[in-house]
Amino acid sequence: MQSTRRGFLRATAATATLLGTVGLPHIARAAAPSFVVIGGGPGGATTAKYIRRFAPDARVTVIEPNATYTTCFMSNEVIGGDRDISTLQVPMSAMRAHGITLVQDKATGIDADAKTVTTQGGETIAFDRCIVAPGVDFRYDAIEGYSAEAAEVMPHAWKAGPQTTLLRAQLEAMEDGGTVIVSAPPNPFRCPPGPYERISLIANYLKQHKPKSKILVLDAKDKFSKQGLFEQAWETFYGYGTENSMIEWVPKADGGTVTGVNPATMEVTAVAGTFKGDVVNIIPPQTAGAIAHAAGLVEDGWCPVNKGTFESLVVEGVHVLGDSSVAASMPKSGSSANSQGKAAAAGALALAMGQEPPVPHLANACYSIGGPDHGFSVAAVYAYDDFENALKPVEGSGGVSPMDAGPESRRREMFYAHSWFENIKADIWG
Amino acid sequence: MTTRARGWGGTTLSAALLLAGGLALAAPAQAAEMDVEVMAGACTFCHGTDGNGVGAAIPSISGLPVEQFEYMMTSYQEDANPSTVMGRIARGYTDDQITALAEYFGSKPFERLPQPWINVAMIPEGKELAAEYCESCHENEGREGEGVGILAGQKLYYMEFSVDDFLNEHREMERRQARKFRDLMDAQGREGFTKILNYYASVN
Repeated sequence: MQSTRRGFLRATAATATLLGTVGLPHIARAAAPSFVVIGGGPGGATTAKYIRRFAPDARVTVIEPNATYTTCFMSNEVIGGDRDISTLQVPMSAMRAHGITLVQDKATGIDADAKTVTTQGGETIAFDRCIVAPGVDFRYDAIEGYSAEAAEVMPHAWKAGPQTTLLRAQLEAMEDGGTVIVSAPPNPFRCPPGPYERISLIANYLKQHKPKSKILVLDAKDKFSKQGLFEQAWETFYGYGTENSMIEWVPKADGGTVTGVNPATMEVTAVAGTFKGDVVNIIPPQTAGAIAHAAGLVEDGWCPVNKGTFESLVVEGVHVLGDSSVAASMPKSGSSANSQGKAAAAGALALAMGQEPPVPHLANACYSIGGPDHGFSVAAVYAYDDFENALKPVEGSGGVSPMDAGPESRRREMFYAHSWFENIKADIWG
Repeated sequence: MTTRARGWGGTTLSAALLLAGGLALAAPAQAAEMDVEVMAGACTFCHGTDGNGVGAAIPSISGLPVEQFEYMMTSYQEDANPSTVMGRIARGYTDDQITALAEYFGSKPFERLPQPWINVAMIPEGKELAAEYCESCHENEGREGEGVGILAGQKLYYMEFSVDDFLNEHREMERRQARKFRDLMDAQGREGFTKILNYYASVN
């Protein structure tokens, strides 16, 4: 047995040498590369799953504090009363079926030199490559008086879960004739059409159950995603543009930017003045998730990355994707995070193995619901330009649904929206 | 090219390594193959993992003959086939990229998943009507996709929308298909199509 074993080792060494000469110097390692993924949301869970699909022997650990993830996508249908929140909830434990190690804990620091992640629970987990996908955090300091505590009175509902059900409960408790204030944040932020879909679905609920009520939208922007399509839906369903409009939109130019709130009096102060609401939904300005800040990955609020591999431009060996990253032309959407996750998985694997990373060709598709049987969409395809480090929309592709498309087309888009939701959930967490 | 490596494992090189030393690290696929994996990943957030969806309306895109996949993408590019987003998406890919995607998804098996929204009461009559009007082209209970697309186990609402597009002349039909559609409409009305589609959606 002894001599057999020595022969075996020699054969191994010979193989390694041979491989070295054919240009795979990193292949003769003792073990497969290890990856620590911070965050089990759309970006993190996609990356973790696809690393394992691309390299079944890779070791992948996901650090996520929640046992259940609640999707932000389709949460506006819960707020509007059209969907049960249980349909948004996916168990993290399903990742284990892919051979992923799940650590239910909060990552608190990344040591890029030691190549370790530390957690609140006191664990230190080693990696060859770290993937950071914590989503967004709120810049509470941007609105005077707003805070995590104030959000218990004036919910943001921009991370789905208890905040979603809180806002729903407040709408249900509101008397007919009440005022709902929605404050929409400045760019960039998670889910650019999201505030306007929410306004649509709240209006749809109020129209059916509390028709004397109004929605006041205080916006820090002068234009927004799919604006023409939303405004057309608001005209069709909610009297927008007439004296009886259920929705009043105050853009930045008219003083829509919110500067302060008073949860005790339910008052919202914008540049245009102070308004009192019966239900107040503050969607605050946003920045990269806390761990990205703690790890020094952030510049100007977001994480600059190589858009081919999503490796940080600040910290080597650490990748950032999804809402926290600066993907510039790609909107902060679930579809974007999913598409990026596959590029990050392939890129991190290639770099861990000393290989040439792939050249990504990514896409985004995003449906919104504007009313009953009324959906529309935006889509784009992005090609990676390594010289400019940019994901550029492919010329001639992309765009939004046509205006005046007619009810059958809008109804079809609603079906597709719901199908997308089921399929992306399965692709990320299934 | 229909049998592409599925990822980073399974190559001769990794087999040699495993034999030689039990080294766990599989050899990587070629960079070009990973380009296709990443590109295909932009399809699957709508169409489902490996092109097999679970939702009711977005079609599964696995298991198609390469030419059929290419034909569909070209028809979207040219706005000859109504869609929600596919016209805008398809124009983001070159002919070579479409061929690569066609080969990639063509190599994935078409999975026939349960569709709880099927009206099971329609299935027996739908099956009889399909035998009369459809089976001559949609062979093997609609499982063969060559030139016609896969109907067996395809998503019910996708097929309903497609029939509407054909009937409303938003999508061109071949002469034989147009004749069959006209005959079926005359004999059974629009509901005859729905019965047939509920049957095809139920084929597993």
